[in-house]
Amino acid sequence: MKDNKPVKSPPMQTDATPGKHNSGLNREIQAKIGQQLRAMFDEVVQEGVPDRFTELLRQLDTPVEKPASDNTKDEGRSG
Amino acid sequence: MKLDPQLRDQILAAVPSLRAFGISLSGNVDRADDLVQETLLRALANIHSFQPGTNMNAWLFTILRNLFRSEYRKRKREVEDADGSYAESLKSQPDQLGKVEFQEFRTALKQLPDEQREALILVGASGFSYEEAADICGCAVGTIKSRVNRARTRLAKLMHVENLDDFGPDKATRAILAGNDR
Repeated sequence: MKDNKPVKSPPMQTDATPGKHNSGLNREIQAKIGQQLRAMFDEVVQEGVPDRFTELLRQLDTPVEKPASDNTKDEGRSG
Repeated sequence: MKLDPQLRDQILAAVPSLRAFGISLSGNVDRADDLVQETLLRALANIHSFQPGTNMNAWLFTILRNLFRSEYRKRKREVEDADGSYAESLKSQPDQLGKVEFQEFRTALKQLPDEQREALILVGASGFSYEEAADICGCAVGTIKSRVNRARTRLAKLMHVENLDDFGPDKATRAILAGNDR
């Protein structure tokens, strides 16, 4: 048996807001949602990179163990 | 470990949006920062598996997202969260940042199922394509699309129902204008 289309029932609307007069408001809300999403996200993004993470990367980036046989260049302050 | 400076720069550049993503997932700045830290450690430990030229942001988002998922599941088990009370407590944690104008929006956002919320954030705020978001979440593109659609519908309903009085078009327009005009 192939799929026989239900002829009677209109597209299922669940409990979404009924009525076409709402579509304007709906679009309004969707625009607002998009705007708030980005604004909320950007609020954090604009805080930039906290020192803790810059520091973390720097620590991980430099070799932990001191080069053992490296003849240390003069560490005394010169100049 | 010696890190390619170019990769390091890419990683650092991704940190701000990683934090924003972490905060949207966990609803908490401190947890988000811990997630970001753990993400960076994992990333550096596995940097050899990153393919240069591919999207560093997407790669890092994937790590953070998986960390959050596994941590969340683990904690849920640990506290024997049979009735979801831990999950509820997570969702009801007070926001530690955010202007007042975002409060009602955040509240609505928290009522979304995790999968819908993360899809919406990835596509609607982080600027990922549906394809990238699908990669990050490990699911089909169609799944992401339907999650985003359901999230939008649900949010609209929540905001519409809860703020019918103060969320008319005029108010919304005014809020937008006020936001831009400050």
